[in-house]
Amino acid sequence: MSVTSLPTAAVAASRPKGRRRRRRDLVGLLYVLPAMALVLVFFIVPIGMTAWMSLHNWPLLGLPRFIGLRNYERLWSDAGFWASLRFTLVYTGVATVAIFAVAFPLALLVEKPRPLASLLRTAFFLPVVVGFATAALLWVWLLNTDSGLFSPALQALGITPQRINILGTFDTAFAAIVAMVVWKVAGFTMILLMTGLQGIPADIVEAARIDHAGPLQRFRFITLPLMRRTLGLALILCITGSMLAFDQFYIMVAGGPGNQTLTAVYWIFNQSFVSFRLGYGAALSIVLLAILLVLSLGQLWLLRDREDAR
Amino acid sequence: MSPRRRHGRSRMVAALPTLVGVIVAATFLAPLAWAVLASFRPAAEAAQPPLPPWPTQGFSLDAYRTLDSASGGLWLHAANSGLVAGATVVLSVVVSLFAGYGFSRYRFPLRNTCFVLVMTTMMVPFQSILVPLFILLTHLHLQNTLTGLTLVYVTLQLPFSIFMMRNAFDAVPKEIEEAARIDGVRDLRLLVRVLLPLVMPGVATVAIFAFLNSWNEFLAALIFLSDENKFTLPVLMTAVRAGRFGSIDWGAVQAGVTVMMIPCLVVFLALQRFYIRGLTAGAVK
Repeated sequence: MSVTSLPTAAVAASRPKGRRRRRRDLVGLLYVLPAMALVLVFFIVPIGMTAWMSLHNWPLLGLPRFIGLRNYERLWSDAGFWASLRFTLVYTGVATVAIFAVAFPLALLVEKPRPLASLLRTAFFLPVVVGFATAALLWVWLLNTDSGLFSPALQALGITPQRINILGTFDTAFAAIVAMVVWKVAGFTMILLMTGLQGIPADIVEAARIDHAGPLQRFRFITLPLMRRTLGLALILCITGSMLAFDQFYIMVAGGPGNQTLTAVYWIFNQSFVSFRLGYGAALSIVLLAILLVLSLGQLWLLRDREDAR
Repeated sequence: MSPRRRHGRSRMVAALPTLVGVIVAATFLAPLAWAVLASFRPAAEAAQPPLPPWPTQGFSLDAYRTLDSASGGLWLHAANSGLVAGATVVLSVVVSLFAGYGFSRYRFPLRNTCFVLVMTTMMVPFQSILVPLFILLTHLHLQNTLTGLTLVYVTLQLPFSIFMMRNAFDAVPKEIEEAARIDGVRDLRLLVRVLLPLVMPGVATVAIFAFLNSWNEFLAALIFLSDENKFTLPVLMTAVRAGRFGSIDWGAVQAGVTVMMIPCLVVFLALQRFYIRGLTAGAVK
């Protein structure tokens, strides 16, 4: 792909149009050339390679062997992969609901001009700029049985008879990770929802108030419909982000306890870079890519009327 | 009920959301403050529960010293992270400045195709191309190098950055360039001297996102860097936490978390305006 598209551009540019014009065309091409080269080499070519590699038995050392669709056949009966995909979906569902349950009230809180609003907004947003790996490391310490905060605090408050290992059982570990993710991500969703809320014309809300619509009615029949697009967008971003979760599960629980928290990306990571089945990893990647593309197309569909307006 | 009491009560009701907000905000900030405070406890306290989080037996840098003794030393790994993040910022800004200018001001064949192609890559999660990237970097002798990692990071930043910079140039009136051309200022000099100051807000947005994303990135760094001395901070800290350098030292973990966190918080607080701008612009793209 990298070989074909650039020379064609150059050939097309040399069509006679007057020398000044042609020179200007070439200058424009020069300006975008570094960016196009990087995107082609490190993004477009790898996408093609993923498809190509997925048709091979591709060990780390030694020669790759063409095996047709056998990787996909194997994938079809790979219970571990489907389990990881199922877990990713469950996690995505739970995390998305939890994030919105926290972010929406926060957005309503900081949207109106009230004392401290901008200060509060900054406070809610700060965890977003901290990296996922950093946040996971911070929380894995807070969740440690003996040296952390939560287990000793629960014991001191008399809620649990002794210090419990929160990350030791699936239910508590899952709840703890969701809590961490909500803390880390809610500020981001809050800002998106806030811009949506601020985009609602004040006179419509005022008109509804004059018509004696209560706060709940106004929320249901004015706020929600008018910010449908923002809601859809925040939802898609939340879902795609959760579908690609890896850092927190790798760092906090290493896919445990009992491999129950292996996500799809984690499974691909293990197959590709722990077992070094690179061809098989590529086939798994293609499936992940297909799922995410469908989600992104959903995003485009949600944003379509804006595109028309442009 | 007297009118005065009613007035007092309605004022209390009005203040209630702010009060709730302050409590929730304190909860959000607590983990960050907890880690920073706990990182200054002496070694003897490091394994104790952080109740209270601040040092009770005197302020100490023990945790940072312990962390410094892991692998190649704290400063080496901070330098690795800083180099990768710094180079990603500079390259992303330069490459997207040129590309944004080219896409905004020049008509050349396949211009729209190129632009759409770059934007489309935003839909592809980079997690799904890690396997071929690994092979590709190996062939280019860039696997296990900070240069290779930086080039991957720059590429991941490009679609968003080019989008931001093209919009920034689109917002600059063409008359300014025409006037400069009449004065004999052309090409690169025109871009750097005349236009760059006008698109600085866009540059700030591109730079801040490039910094945060590359400083914080974990998965690609974990896969592409195999040499301990080349580890960036997140990869080093995962190894520390897994006990690869002896038993887990929670003081070192708190110190590492603090070192990784502070630059992000400082950059964000200093350039908040540009960050939020990029966030909403990228979101409604």
